Amino acid sequence: MSSVLYDVPGPKARRISLIASIIGGLLILGLLAWVVMTLAQQGIFDARRWQIFTRTDVWRLLGNGLVATLSAAALAAVIAFPLGLLMCLLRISDAAAIRVPMRVILEFLRGMPVVLMMLFILLGFGTSAFFAVVAGLVLYNAAVFAEIIRAGIQSLPKGQREAGLAIGLTSYKSRMLIELPQAIRRMMPSLVAQMVVLLKDTSLGYIVAYGELLRAVQVMADFLGTQFLFPVFFVAAAIYIAINISVSRLAVWIERRGSKKAAGGTAKAEPDVLEAAAP
Amino acid sequence: MDVIIENLPLYWEGFLRTLFLSAVSGIIALILGTLLAAARVSPVAALRGFSTVYVEILRNTPLTIAFFFSAIVLPRIGVKFEQFEVAAIIALSTYTAAFIAEAVRSGVNSVPVGQAEAARSIGMKFGQVLSLIILPQALRTVIPPLINILIALVKNSSVAGAFFVLELFGYGRQLANANGDAVITVLLGTAFFYLLITVPLGILANTVERKVAIAR
Repeated sequence: MSSVLYDVPGPKARRISLIASIIGGLLILGLLAWVVMTLAQQGIFDARRWQIFTRTDVWRLLGNGLVATLSAAALAAVIAFPLGLLMCLLRISDAAAIRVPMRVILEFLRGMPVVLMMLFILLGFGTSAFFAVVAGLVLYNAAVFAEIIRAGIQSLPKGQREAGLAIGLTSYKSRMLIELPQAIRRMMPSLVAQMVVLLKDTSLGYIVAYGELLRAVQVMADFLGTQFLFPVFFVAAAIYIAINISVSRLAVWIERRGSKKAAGGTAKAEPDVLEAAAP
Repeated sequence: MDVIIENLPLYWEGFLRTLFLSAVSGIIALILGTLLAAARVSPVAALRGFSTVYVEILRNTPLTIAFFFSAIVLPRIGVKFEQFEVAAIIALSTYTAAFIAEAVRSGVNSVPVGQAEAARSIGMKFGQVLSLIILPQALRTVIPPLINILIALVKNSSVAGAFFVLELFGYGRQLANANGDAVITVLLGTAFFYLLITVPLGILANTVERKVAIAR
């Protein structure tokens, strides 16, 4: 492991680093041990508390919560992307009468907390919690998608659009056939990263009483007794984080794949170098 | 409209608390995030590993889970807070620090290689290279993304409203429940106060971005 920031460590520095690593590791282990001890004193590790996971209805409740989370996220993503595309086209329209109001709408949607939007839809229009969660996620993420795609279109060389117009395409056709496909491919990592954000934001449904994973935890803690809060929360959080990490990994994989393609196979660059080259 | 004017003191109190939560969490997150980024590029393997794991986990944790943990789970297992603001600040700052660490790290990567080489060739040690040469340049280039993270922080602080902290969202929800006939007005009022913070910050980010782009 070498970096431009420091010399390749010699034997002495390696020894110091090793000792520091061991001490740091011991400190973290000590901290973990302290946490475990504290938890044990609270009786968190009583087998009785974890036995609830042998019951199928606990898993069914968690499963229902997970399905509710994923279905809201999937539906929101499927609607938000085309809507974001449309918003983006309106936002970069040639007609100022369309462009300017769209810009204001986008600023408004992006500047508002998602949870406030959900509550607004829930109370203002008296919808179901599911509809409020999906609509809140759709409105916010469509606005973000629109901005991402717009950034992608603006990053294209000017000649792309000029060439499209020069061969007689209409403005709309040039956008759809020439610019958007390139912009979307270019912004794929950001788009997938935003999908992770969308999935994470589904947990805000907890606040508007949508029966997603975290709400299932709360319900179970209320129903079975608070002593089961920690085990159930622990499992649910682990599920949530595992799903998010997998989707994030997918985003990183897509980015790597994209940058390999961009390099055209002419130079075999290490991933680290590639990352360092691109800001 | 009357509802908003009547309850203006409440809105104002919520607005100030939102500002307070965001400012305190923002400062803690900036410091913690920069330290994590420094650890991420340091020669000590343990620091690198810790920073990587921290960022990877916190970035993939939904904020609501972080809040649930600090405000509901922690008190149940013996860590009691005098005020729920503390729980909110813990959740917000640890969560945001992960994003700041990633942004600062990308800034470190964007500093030309020659800068670090020059610094090392005149005999600077890692700590000096990082704190005197690399970080000042890196932080400057990442100011626009950092402002965007802080905007997200202001919006994220609304989650605190659902966890016993009466800030803007908390008061908005209370008022919406109390004034069933004017829900839309009440919530639009809340939105207005959020936009009062986020829109100027967004404009600032754009201006700075343009300035930095010219300077480069």
